[in-house]
Amino acid sequence: MAEQVITATEDAFEEEEFSIASQWQLMWWRFRKHKPAIVSAIILGIFYLLFPLAEFLGTGDPAQISEPYHYLRPQVIRFFDDGSFSPHVNGLRPYRDPMTFQKKYELLPDEKIGVTFFAKGFEYNFLGFIKADRHLIGFTDPATLDSRPSIFLLGSDSVGRDSWSRLMLANRISLSIGLIGVAITLILGIMMGGISGYYGGWVDTIIQRIIEVKSAIPTLPLWMGLSAAVPQDWTVLQVYFGITVVLSIFGWTGMARTVRGKFLALREEDYVMAARLSGSGEGRIMFRHMLPGFYSHIIATISLSIPSMIIGETSLSFLGLGLRPPAVSYGIMLIQAQNPVTVALYPWLMFVALPVIIVILAFNFLGDGLRDAADPYGK
Amino acid sequence: MVEETKQDTIADDSGQQDTLLEVNNLRKFFPITKGFLKRVIGQVRAVDDVSFAIRQGETLGLVGESGCGKTTTARCIMRALDPSSGEILYRTEDGSLIDVSTIGPAPLRELRKDMQMIFQDPFTSLTPRMSLLDIVGEPLLVHGEKSSRVRSERVAELLRLVGLRPEYMRRFPHAFSGGERQRIGIARALALNPRLVVADEPVSALDVSVQAQVINLLSDLQEQLNLTYLFVAHDLSVVRHISDRVAVMYVGKMVELAETEELFSNPKHPYTSALLQSVPIPDPKNKKERFVLEGEVASPANPPEGCYFNPRCAHATDVCRTETPVFEEIEPKHWVACHRASELDLRGLTEAATPS
Repeated sequence: MAEQVITATEDAFEEEEFSIASQWQLMWWRFRKHKPAIVSAIILGIFYLLFPLAEFLGTGDPAQISEPYHYLRPQVIRFFDDGSFSPHVNGLRPYRDPMTFQKKYELLPDEKIGVTFFAKGFEYNFLGFIKADRHLIGFTDPATLDSRPSIFLLGSDSVGRDSWSRLMLANRISLSIGLIGVAITLILGIMMGGISGYYGGWVDTIIQRIIEVKSAIPTLPLWMGLSAAVPQDWTVLQVYFGITVVLSIFGWTGMARTVRGKFLALREEDYVMAARLSGSGEGRIMFRHMLPGFYSHIIATISLSIPSMIIGETSLSFLGLGLRPPAVSYGIMLIQAQNPVTVALYPWLMFVALPVIIVILAFNFLGDGLRDAADPYGK
Repeated sequence: MVEETKQDTIADDSGQQDTLLEVNNLRKFFPITKGFLKRVIGQVRAVDDVSFAIRQGETLGLVGESGCGKTTTARCIMRALDPSSGEILYRTEDGSLIDVSTIGPAPLRELRKDMQMIFQDPFTSLTPRMSLLDIVGEPLLVHGEKSSRVRSERVAELLRLVGLRPEYMRRFPHAFSGGERQRIGIARALALNPRLVVADEPVSALDVSVQAQVINLLSDLQEQLNLTYLFVAHDLSVVRHISDRVAVMYVGKMVELAETEELFSNPKHPYTSALLQSVPIPDPKNKKERFVLEGEVASPANPPEGCYFNPRCAHATDVCRTETPVFEEIEPKHWVACHRASELDLRGLTEAATPS
């Protein structure tokens, strides 16, 4: 009996909670039921957490070329030595295969190079301004770096740069290009779509025709043309922003159409007329009554357009049209895997494709979950 | 506001000085466009030369089939739509007259305090992203009430007035049923103490059981707050219950206007009579042949010659097919637009037949 009373009050409490829940709370309640989206959000959180930690997680200077260690296969850290805990990597002796002249490495089981956490390594600027030289993992004796520049967790490329450390940097550039590109897309899309949908008439007609003409141009040639227009003497940072703008030029049309459609639909809603009849101004109607009606759709659209930005940058750079070395991005690292012979002999150079796939899938699942949660009032 | 104000020239049909709103020759045409260049190839005559007056404190029912222009008339009066021509004279509290149809944006904003609207669909007329406090309090906010404490007190008072608990003001519309939402809409309309409330089919989206509650609420509020209603509806029994006078529209034109009982018992226009016959009588023993109106409603884009009703009218003569009838007072307080109004003996709705 007493239990029943308690459940009844709890029900009443839950009902009240539902009644006063805002749009965001309702969205969150629905979103958290979407397990793949939650997992994806956590994975993406980890990837973006790597931003400030890129150099800290690197085991060697990503820019350092080391002559004896090119095309080295991924190395394994062994944590136990004769049953006692003493992390180490084995020494290597490079040699040339007398039959094929291929460069090979002989593992020296007796040469154990000590490895430790929070080791001293190459110097870098943490968050861009704090001088630091500690790394999550590194050689116990920093002097080892003179003869062997890194642990080579993911092996090395054709000139002996450490793939793991480079991947950490590539991750930062490729993922941030997605965010910045989407920010530009968002501003352009909401502006153009808003004007188009709210005012209608000839303005709407002109903007829609521009979008249609743009959509009719094949993507790749236009990309190539625009990328070719990026001057050769620009610095890495300038090229980075140039490419971001090029990518956004492709992204905004979808966003503009979403926003326009929503404005067109909501313009005719009774509650918009009610607001007008109450004496509300246009700004208030647009930002308090109409925009909140599709914040959620914008978020879903964003989460689905970030991966296309990342893929876009990766493809452009892979084709040699995007970022240029010394910048490091997924696409630039994958350039090395363009040659089938290289891939056959040194398959670890393809490893970079894995984080690309993970990130893209995660964004798509996240977008899926957001889209389902986006309309908390629908069924 | 001064330049909008005219001297008292109102030509009240009944000679009464307590007219609150007078509509003269109101027209609202929507252009039909075609092709890339949006060439105008015709007009939809949604409201075509409608005139009537609403007295202070009364309820005027406006009835007609779907698409007859009653909602457009209501929206023109609220200036949610700009009329194509005609005048809408509103008498302010100090007695001066304002032509709502041509008023500028600033005085119109002031006028919003006096005229408010209740919407048909309570599910689309409340912003889903705003709490009750924000929805009902918005008219207060945009008309200069900056103090949130004063606003929430006023919102609580309004919610009590329409029969909702003030504690609900933090809730969002999704937590309410249709009837409750309509009460919220009424509370919003009353926020600024209006004198005229235009109710655009306020109960037709509600369950029958809830309809009665909302109708009674509207009647009570009218008494308490001395409101004047323009009540747009298509349900004749609802209109009969709440209205003092009833106006009937057909294809954008007004065909009849009279006191409620007079119109129901003694209709002068064949269309009104047909409408009254169409009211279903909830009596299984009633086997009487019912009169069924034949033909389709005329298109307001391409209305017939003469009287718009002539193709469906059983009493139509040659004059009906060529000449447009004049809307005139054939008996005291009974206006009708029919060539044969005085000679026809039409059937009304007897008290016994009223569904309740």
